[in-house]
Amino acid sequence: MKAWLPALLRLAVLALLVVFITSPGWFEPLLKPLTENGAPAIYNQGSLLTLTLQHLRTVLVATVAATIVAVALAILVTRPAGAEFLPLSRSLVNIGQTFPPVAVLALAVPAVGFGEKPTLIALFLYGLLPIFENALTALTTLPGNVMEAARGAGMTGWQRLMKVELPLSAPVILGGIRLSVVISLATATIGSTVAAKTLGEVIIAGLISNNLAFVLQGGLIVAALAVLIYDGLSAIERYAARRMGQGAE
Amino acid sequence: MSIRFDKLGVVIAAIVAYAALAAPFATFRANRIVPGQARPILEALPPTLGILLLAIVIAAAIVALLRTPLILRLAASLAALIALAVLIGVAGGFLTPAGNTFARVAPASGFWLLIFAFTLLLADVLTRLNLSPWSRVGVLVLAALAIAVLLVSGSWDSLSILKEYGSRVDSFWAEASKHVSLALGSLAGAVIVGIPLGILCHRVEKLRAGVLNVLNIIQTIPSIALFGLLIAPLGWVAVHVPGAAAVGIRGIGTAPAFVALFLYSLLPVVANTVVGLAGVPRAANDAARGVGMTDRQRLFDVEFPLAFPVILTGIRIVLVQNIGLATIAALIGGGGFGVFVFQGVGQTAMDLVLLGALPTVALAFAAAIILDAVIEMTATKRRVVETA
Repeated sequence: MKAWLPALLRLAVLALLVVFITSPGWFEPLLKPLTENGAPAIYNQGSLLTLTLQHLRTVLVATVAATIVAVALAILVTRPAGAEFLPLSRSLVNIGQTFPPVAVLALAVPAVGFGEKPTLIALFLYGLLPIFENALTALTTLPGNVMEAARGAGMTGWQRLMKVELPLSAPVILGGIRLSVVISLATATIGSTVAAKTLGEVIIAGLISNNLAFVLQGGLIVAALAVLIYDGLSAIERYAARRMGQGAE
Repeated sequence: MSIRFDKLGVVIAAIVAYAALAAPFATFRANRIVPGQARPILEALPPTLGILLLAIVIAAAIVALLRTPLILRLAASLAALIALAVLIGVAGGFLTPAGNTFARVAPASGFWLLIFAFTLLLADVLTRLNLSPWSRVGVLVLAALAIAVLLVSGSWDSLSILKEYGSRVDSFWAEASKHVSLALGSLAGAVIVGIPLGILCHRVEKLRAGVLNVLNIIQTIPSIALFGLLIAPLGWVAVHVPGAAAVGIRGIGTAPAFVALFLYSLLPVVANTVVGLAGVPRAANDAARGVGMTDRQRLFDVEFPLAFPVILTGIRIVLVQNIGLATIAALIGGGGFGVFVFQGVGQTAMDLVLLGALPTVALAFAAAIILDAVIEMTATKRRVVETA
């Protein structure tokens, strides 16, 4: 009975989220008390649904790109040919994490102009780090006996990578992707300060016109998305770990 | 014997070749917001200095390209970085027409790429040297001193970012102190509340999942929304709680920024305290109980010292994160370096953006290096005690 409660709760959040972004008008009486001087309670300068989809698309594009690059880099520095880069790549990841997202965003503007591009760059760079770190940890801490067995069975380097190393690392790499997506979902809102079409637009419109209802709905949609996606990816991760016989629970 | 190449050196040499020969070294603009004209090294500097810089940069790239001793690589990267830092100032003076106060000279992509390439080389050397925590902090102090000397000596005064600084000296330092006090103040608050909360969560298992879940959910609220959402409750407190307004609590400004940063800081501090305490070896606790220590003695003399490096790691995450997030406080009137970033974005004046972004990055970077060194020192001290 108790095991059903979290799943039920998540389903309720999902249902609420879908209803809210498709027909936000129904919730107007709830948000009305937060506005002053008869200001609109529901964001009226664009559809919440479109903004949510654009927000998700931006995060998706940046995360896919970051995953491909980060995993490729991690594979490169863990091969004998790229081993020289391993210590340096560790320090670079450490340094990279100290760059604040706002700074990356603002510094990307002169190079690529306003709009979605600087946001994509900032999300990409910021998303790289957790994925790279996890991929590196996973690939460097594979059980030695498994690797020995793979070598003994006569697998080539490529076969070992595709059939042994990557599948075994998948749960930990997925953990990095999950972290990166949650960070990106929140960071994408800052992209609206440089005119990217994300849910940040709703929040910023609220901040500018002193309309708390806007800030609240923008913030809650992003938070709900983050919680749901986090849980969804955790479930995939547990599934991958079970398949690898590591049993997360 | 055949010539052997260093793999990282190939990457560095390629970047240097592109940056020095094909990319612009500096940008000249007639005023602060018009698009600029690119100038390569030889046009941005007086002929002798231009050739000198090219020679230094190419020589350093060759040192990087070949398999050379570490000390030589260190010298090459430092020589190149110092030459670049000094000569970009010279380029500023050279390109600005005499008496013209509107013209702006800024470092261009070639300059930044060269800095990046040689910083990469320097980082590689420093990583391979495996410096002790103290010497890493020493290197940081030396770098800070070198930059301070260049700033004070006025050799960068002709660059656009310092011209932006020149017209905002007072507000720059006011925002700087606001930024630092926001980041450090909210960290202090999070440590004072978070560590006891973490200890409580460790001792009372029922609380643990609930508290950590709530803190996790707070992390998913985007920072700009959380900042905004705190405006109303704090505004209410300011009006209705006697004395609140007198101590500076208001709906907009520093108070909501402080509270938001504090809330974001709680999770890493609480979670790391719980993890650190959970990692204390059972044997240590049993021994402490065996010698008749009370709960309180055990906490302060055994558990807490053993968990300290892990807790410190949480504090490092918080400090670096807060220095970055404090830039967003500017959106709700909370001040900090974000003021310049967002003003700059609004006016499309990139030098102003840099004036806000560069100090933020430098602060976060310095905080990370110093705290990493401290963490390593406490961790090794612990290991020494354990093996002794």
